[in-house]
Amino acid sequence: MIGYALTIAIGAFSLGLLLNLWRVATGPNISDRILALDTMVINAIALLILLGIALGSSIFFEVSMLFALVGFISTVSYCRFLLRGDIIE
Amino acid sequence: MQYDLPLWADIAVSAFLLIAAFFGLVGSYGLIRLPDAMTRLHAPTKATTLGVGGVLIGSMIFVLATEGRFSAHELLISLFLFLTSPITALFIAKVHIHLHERPDTLPEPRDGAGWASYTADGPARGVRDLSPLPETEPDQNT
Repeated sequence: MIGYALTIAIGAFSLGLLLNLWRVATGPNISDRILALDTMVINAIALLILLGIALGSSIFFEVSMLFALVGFISTVSYCRFLLRGDIIE
Repeated sequence: MQYDLPLWADIAVSAFLLIAAFFGLVGSYGLIRLPDAMTRLHAPTKATTLGVGGVLIGSMIFVLATEGRFSAHELLISLFLFLTSPITALFIAKVHIHLHERPDTLPEPRDGAGWASYTADGPARGVRDLSPLPETEPDQNT
């Protein structure tokens, strides 16, 4: 039964990734695009953990932790660049 | 794929994965469906908390049932996400306010003090503000 649940969950998060990609491509404002990129990182973290369950490997926890760190820093630096025109002053 | 799990762990992991899949899909669909930028900021919080949280709880139960040990990586990931998602939302809202709104397009604050993001002079203001600060003395409210 867990195989079916894994298939459904991976399909749902992949579909969410495609919907976020649509918002990145057609977002009217720059803030929508940043928000959609941040949500793509969240969905990618969920997909990585699901892949870790499916393959029975625990290396994916470190990968998803690195994804969370890089996603947060990239979102904050992008917003800060738009707000200040500079990242490190 | 075949997994050797007891029945309770099989049912619990499947239920948490299905709940997480539903809320992750709701969060990403709301990003498409909602009409304007500030309401769109609301939708992906469901994917962050309930979606990733459900996947992490399912993974904890899976590791506990298959290997018999307690796994703390998931708690670290969810703690990091819960700490960083308000900061991300604040920065995105601030980018929206400074690039696409002006003080006269925003609703009036209740005590008449003005929006703090606009009344702060200097470091809180953006380089592309639509209405520049007057060159006179600082704000009367401070």
